[in-house]
Amino acid sequence: MEHLTFWGHFGVWVAAFLTLGIYSFLYRDNPWYKFTEAVFIGISAGYWVVVLFFDNFYGKFWVGRGEEPMLWIGAILGLMMLMRLVPKIGWIARWPLAFIVGATSGLWMMNYLTSNAMSQVQSTIMPLFGEGFGASFGEIIGNLIIIVGTFTGLIYFFFSKEHKGAFGATARVGIWGLMITFGAMFGYTVMSRMSLLIGRVDFIFRDWLGLIQ
Amino acid sequence: MSPRRSTTGARPPVLCSCLLIPLVFFFLFLTNSASLAQGETEVVDTTATTPLAPVTSLLAQDFKYDDGDKLMLTWVPSIDDIPVTGRVTAYEVYQICNNGEPHRIAELLPEVSTFRVEELHRDSSYQFYVLALAEDASAQSVVTAAITPEQEWLKWNWLNLMVMTIVVCGAVMVFIKTATKGRKLFVRKIAGLEAVDEAIGRATEMGRPILYIPGINDMDDVQTLASLTILGHVAEQVANYDIKIRMPVARSLVMTAARETIKAGYQTAGRPDAYTDDMVSYITDEQFGYVAAVNGIMVREKPATVFLLGAFFAESLILAETGNSVGAIQIAGTARPAQLPFFIAACDFTLIGEELFAASAYLSDEPKALGSLKGQDVGKGIAMAAIIIGVTLTTLATLTGAEWMSSATELIRSWFVVTD
Repeated sequence: MEHLTFWGHFGVWVAAFLTLGIYSFLYRDNPWYKFTEAVFIGISAGYWVVVLFFDNFYGKFWVGRGEEPMLWIGAILGLMMLMRLVPKIGWIARWPLAFIVGATSGLWMMNYLTSNAMSQVQSTIMPLFGEGFGASFGEIIGNLIIIVGTFTGLIYFFFSKEHKGAFGATARVGIWGLMITFGAMFGYTVMSRMSLLIGRVDFIFRDWLGLIQ
Repeated sequence: MSPRRSTTGARPPVLCSCLLIPLVFFFLFLTNSASLAQGETEVVDTTATTPLAPVTSLLAQDFKYDDGDKLMLTWVPSIDDIPVTGRVTAYEVYQICNNGEPHRIAELLPEVSTFRVEELHRDSSYQFYVLALAEDASAQSVVTAAITPEQEWLKWNWLNLMVMTIVVCGAVMVFIKTATKGRKLFVRKIAGLEAVDEAIGRATEMGRPILYIPGINDMDDVQTLASLTILGHVAEQVANYDIKIRMPVARSLVMTAARETIKAGYQTAGRPDAYTDDMVSYITDEQFGYVAAVNGIMVREKPATVFLLGAFFAESLILAETGNSVGAIQIAGTARPAQLPFFIAACDFTLIGEELFAASAYLSDEPKALGSLKGQDVGKGIAMAAIIIGVTLTTLATLTGAEWMSSATELIRSWFVVTD
C-alpha cells in the first residue's frame, strides 16, 4: 500500500467500492448494486467490442486479407449477417447462421463420438479382476464401479424404452451413480469457489484496509 | 685388419646411441606405465578425448494420414546415450528446407528416438540431421535424403470410426424416414419436460414474465442449439397464453438466432403481430457482467418461471440461487457435468446431460429431431452390447486363460480405438 502512487491508491479505492457494491446484492437490490452492475456491463460490453474488432476484423481479416482468400468467405458471411439491419433483405442473415450451425454440428459430432463414446467404451472393456488376476480388492471394486456405472448410465440415457421393470431398476442404479458423482463434484467445486471468495476478502483486508500484513 | 678396423672404428658409438636412445625411452615408458597402473600419479579420463558417437539409422518418413504437413523422424540413439552414466545430454534436430540453411527445430532429451515434424508444406522438400550433444563434444548424424510430405485424403486408421459413424448416421436416416412417413416413434417421457408447460401456465396465472437464459456460449455449442429448439416450443406457448418472455443473451449470434426462433414460435401460434425484437436483448460477452445483469433482471422483474437451458460455467449457481430467492419455478438443463450439481441443488427440474438434447427433439416433435434421437439410441445399444460382451469375455479369459477369448476381446476393443 505504501508504495502506491496517488492513482494506485485511487484504483484500489475504486476496486473496493465496486467489490462492496456487488456484494451489497447479498442484502437486497439497491442503487449501489445497480450502479456497479451498469458500470460492469457498460465497460465489459465496450471492451469486447474493441477486442473483437481489433482481434477479428482488423487482426485476422484486414491484415491477412491478401494472403488468405478464405478470410473473404468469413467477411462475406459477416456482411450477410448485417443484412438484418435492412428489413427487406433481412432473410439473408439466416444463411450465415445456417452455415455456423451446420459446420459446428459436423465438427462436434466427430469430437463427441471419439472422446465421449468410443474412448469411454474402450476404457470400460476391462477384466474385472485385472490383467492376470493382478488387481487388489480396492481395484476390483473400482473396476466394478466403472463397468456398472457406465452401463447403467447408458441405460438411464436410453430414450427408446420406458423405465419400467428390470430396465427401470437398472436405470435407477444409473441415476444413483450420477447423483453420487454430482455430490462429490458439488463439494469439490464449492471448495474452489471458496478460494475466489478468499481472494476478494484478501483484497479488501490487505490491499484496501491494510489490516492483513 | 687394422686399416679395416680403423675405417670402422667410428661406428661403435653411433650404433650404441641408436640402440640406447630407444631403449631409454622404452624404459621410461614402462616405468611411467607401471606407476600409472599403481595409481601413484594423476588419472586421465580417456572418455573425454573419445569422440562422441552420433545417432544412426536416421530416417525421415511421411506421416501417414495427415494433411501433408507432417513428417516422422526415427533414429537409433547414440551408443553413448546410456541411462544415468551416458555422455549424451540432449539431441538437437536440424531441418534443411529446399537445400537452404539448416536451422534447429527441436531440442530433445536423451533416449528419445522419434520426433514428429509439423507445420511443413507440401510444395517443399526437407532434409534433417540430428546432433547428439555432450558436455564436451557433439556428433552430427548423416543428413537424410530429401523428402516431401504427402497428403492423404482418407485416414484409414479411422476406418472403425467411419464404420461407426455410418452405422449411427444410417440408423438416424432410417428413423427420420420412418417418422416422415407418419409412423409414431416412441420416446420415453422426460421428467423435466412435463414441467415446461406447467411452468408456463404458472407464469400465466401469476401474470409475471418468463425469463429464458440460453447459457453463455455461442451458436457453435450444441447445447445452445438444443436450448434454442426448446425455446421454439416455449415461445409458441408464451404466444398462446399471451405472457411476456424476457431473454437476455451474452452472444450477438445467439441474439439473432433467438429472435428468429421466437418470431417463428409466434407465427406458429398465429400471433406474429405480438412479437417484438425487445424480447431478446444482448447484454455483454463478459461472463460475470452478464450474470450481474441477469441477477438484476431477476430481482426487479421477479419472473414466475426461469429457464436455464444451455452451456453454463461458474455462473450457474449464482443464477440458480437468485432465481430461487425470487420464488421462480426453475427448469434447468446443461451437458456440462461440473455445473449439473448446482442446478440439481437449486432448481426444481433439471435436464441432465443428454436429456437436454432429447428434450429439444421431444418438444419439437419433428421427424428429423426424433429420428436423430432414436438413431443415437442405436449407438448406445452398440456401446452397451460391446461393454457387456467385452467385459464378460476379458474376465472369462482371465479366469480360464482361453486364448480365443483374449483375441475376441482385443478385436472388440480395437473397434473403439481411435489413434491420432
